[in-house]
Amino acid sequence: MLKRQKALLSTGVGIVLTASVLVTGCGNSSTGGNSSGGSSGTSSKTSAITIWDIQTGASQQVVKNMSQAFNKSHPDIQSTVQFFENDPYKQKIQIAMGAHNPPDIFTGWGGGVLKSYIDAGDVYDLTSDLNSDSSWANRFLPSVMKPVTFDGKVYGIPNDNVQPVMLFYNKQVFKQYNLTPPKTWDDLLNDVKVLKAHGVAPISLGGKDQWPDLMYEEYLVDRIGGPDVFNNVVAGKANAWSDPAFLKANTMIQQLVNAGAFEQGFSSVSSNQGEDAALLYTGKAGMELMGSWGFATILSDDKAFIDQGNLGFSTFPTVPGGKGDANDIVGNPSNYYSISNDSKNKQADVTFLKDAVLDPQNVKDWISIGDVPPVQGIESELKQATYGDYLSFTYDMVKNAPNFQASWDQALPPSEAQELLTDLSKLFLNQMTPQQFSDDMNKYIKS
Amino acid sequence: MGSGMNWQRWLMIVPAVVFFAVFALFPMLMAVYYSGLTWNGIGSAKWVGLLNWGNVFHDGEALHAIVLTVEVMVLSWVFQTPISLLLGVFLAGRQKHRAVLGVFYFVPLLFSSVAIGVTWSYMLNPNFGLVDALLKSLHIGNGNQNWLGNTHLALLVVSMIIAWQFIPFHSLLYQGGVKQIPDSLYEAATIDGASVWSSFFSITLPQLKYTIITSSVLILTGSLTYFDLIYVLTDGGPGNATTVLAMDMYKQAFVNQNIGLGSVLAVILAVAGVLLSILTLRFTGFNRMESQLEGM
Repeated sequence: MLKRQKALLSTGVGIVLTASVLVTGCGNSSTGGNSSGGSSGTSSKTSAITIWDIQTGASQQVVKNMSQAFNKSHPDIQSTVQFFENDPYKQKIQIAMGAHNPPDIFTGWGGGVLKSYIDAGDVYDLTSDLNSDSSWANRFLPSVMKPVTFDGKVYGIPNDNVQPVMLFYNKQVFKQYNLTPPKTWDDLLNDVKVLKAHGVAPISLGGKDQWPDLMYEEYLVDRIGGPDVFNNVVAGKANAWSDPAFLKANTMIQQLVNAGAFEQGFSSVSSNQGEDAALLYTGKAGMELMGSWGFATILSDDKAFIDQGNLGFSTFPTVPGGKGDANDIVGNPSNYYSISNDSKNKQADVTFLKDAVLDPQNVKDWISIGDVPPVQGIESELKQATYGDYLSFTYDMVKNAPNFQASWDQALPPSEAQELLTDLSKLFLNQMTPQQFSDDMNKYIKS
Repeated sequence: MGSGMNWQRWLMIVPAVVFFAVFALFPMLMAVYYSGLTWNGIGSAKWVGLLNWGNVFHDGEALHAIVLTVEVMVLSWVFQTPISLLLGVFLAGRQKHRAVLGVFYFVPLLFSSVAIGVTWSYMLNPNFGLVDALLKSLHIGNGNQNWLGNTHLALLVVSMIIAWQFIPFHSLLYQGGVKQIPDSLYEAATIDGASVWSSFFSITLPQLKYTIITSSVLILTGSLTYFDLIYVLTDGGPGNATTVLAMDMYKQAFVNQNIGLGSVLAVILAVAGVLLSILTLRFTGFNRMESQLEGM
């Protein structure tokens, strides 16, 4: 949901920015946001811990329940969760960290931002705690732990749900033209050709919002060159964007565009407003590459389409001769809780992470609102849930993935991410060649 | 009543000067200061002098944005001026029904830019939109024209929607201007046997000279800084086909979190706006405030 929320929020970004100035202006008071949990029975032995989170709606309720249940079963620790808006939160936590006045536990997305806090010595190393309790260490799916693992040390644990990007398709349309979900790139091109010949838009793409373009790039680059290609970009290696994998992936994207794979006018179709999904469930388009939240979008816009079993889902096709593992996935692995080094109650923090976060009841609560938590051994629980097929499919994708690449626009500095999105949009419009793309992006690498 | 300043007059201009200083001069000077910083908006800033200015002109983006901005200004003037002028002249007539029509013409001005943007982007949607459906039913085009997603069309379409929003305002200016023209001029012309057309070109247009100047300055400076409608309609896309200066400024400062570069663009915009106003006034003699009604 990160992307979708982010995109929706950007509409009100001016207001949000103003609000964030007000919020951060409060400096070191820690009383902003909504509080929950925390009954008032504080005795001298009780340690109070504060958690900063960004969940909204039903997810927020799940987190509140988690904190309250924990406070009941652990009378000596009182946890309080404070919730913030997504975008202002990023600035608030940055300032709180710099001022050495952070909450005990904070949420984040792992990757580059977390790394910068770790380098500044602000984040508690969880490795020895995890190693001393193997049942805790083994609770999570391995591919989801990567964004919080640096040099073999673990600095956070996942706290919500996985959102891999998958290929949705309209089963009715596929049945009508005797198509099967594409297993390989050539299958995809073939499906595109057949659908195009019958006047159906082969793939629906919300190009106006630009971030949907990125999903093709992320998958193709990983399929062709493996995870290291993008890791080199993040590491700031000179000319990392000139890797042959980028050139090939971008050539393939333009091949797809020139084959007429995307709907007429895809560059003004908005994913944030659900227009790409609408093309799929109205049968005007055959396929859509989207994060797992695409399911929720269709569920809220056309529930009957899903209830009649018309929505199919599949993995991204393989690329013949590619170096990347065919089971690799991209998307949003999870949100994570980390402990600040400035926290005075680290033992209580660890107890909270161990006993409350993604414990059996918390896992059940996530599943009940249609989310898939990154926890081992919940196959049967997921199968029995409403829309169990879909939840199980999502879960298996993540479980079997050797690499779960977090969305690039989250992994890169803002100006590089913005340029990437603009250039990709030009690439999809044939305004830019793959070579020009690489040359332009190389300028943004900070060595 | 002398023309010199006494303390009462100084006192009376204090509020205006204070407001101008606090809300116009001070922010502008701050923008100039920010333009020399490498700063992400929070955290620590570093003074880098003219580095940002060099960067702005070094990469092609800003130049591209300037060209687009000039295009929007020209298109806005070309779309808005003739139509507003004619509508204004028409609405200034004394016939009863014209006042009712005037109310309808005025409606777009009452909407917020965001509402206009959202509505038009729905109407122009290539898959579900009203405009393409209408054109198709009239057998014009392929019914699938991608109005806002076509790099060659987007800016033109955006300029037309801006015109749709602002023509009512400029019509109002012209309507007021026409009503100021003394009837005696037209009566004299009629007695001399002038046709409707020749009295339009010989009386109405020359008499509207300063209205045209006012309206043009407003159109040009307004479209120089135009932002909200473009943000809603295309967000600067497709690619960067509608990233005008104001859009680029916003993106640099608040999306890329590069306050320094954004401020450079802001300063460019402010200077361009001021220059534009001064030049327009100079070349048209508007600042001499001469009367066109002398001897009447």
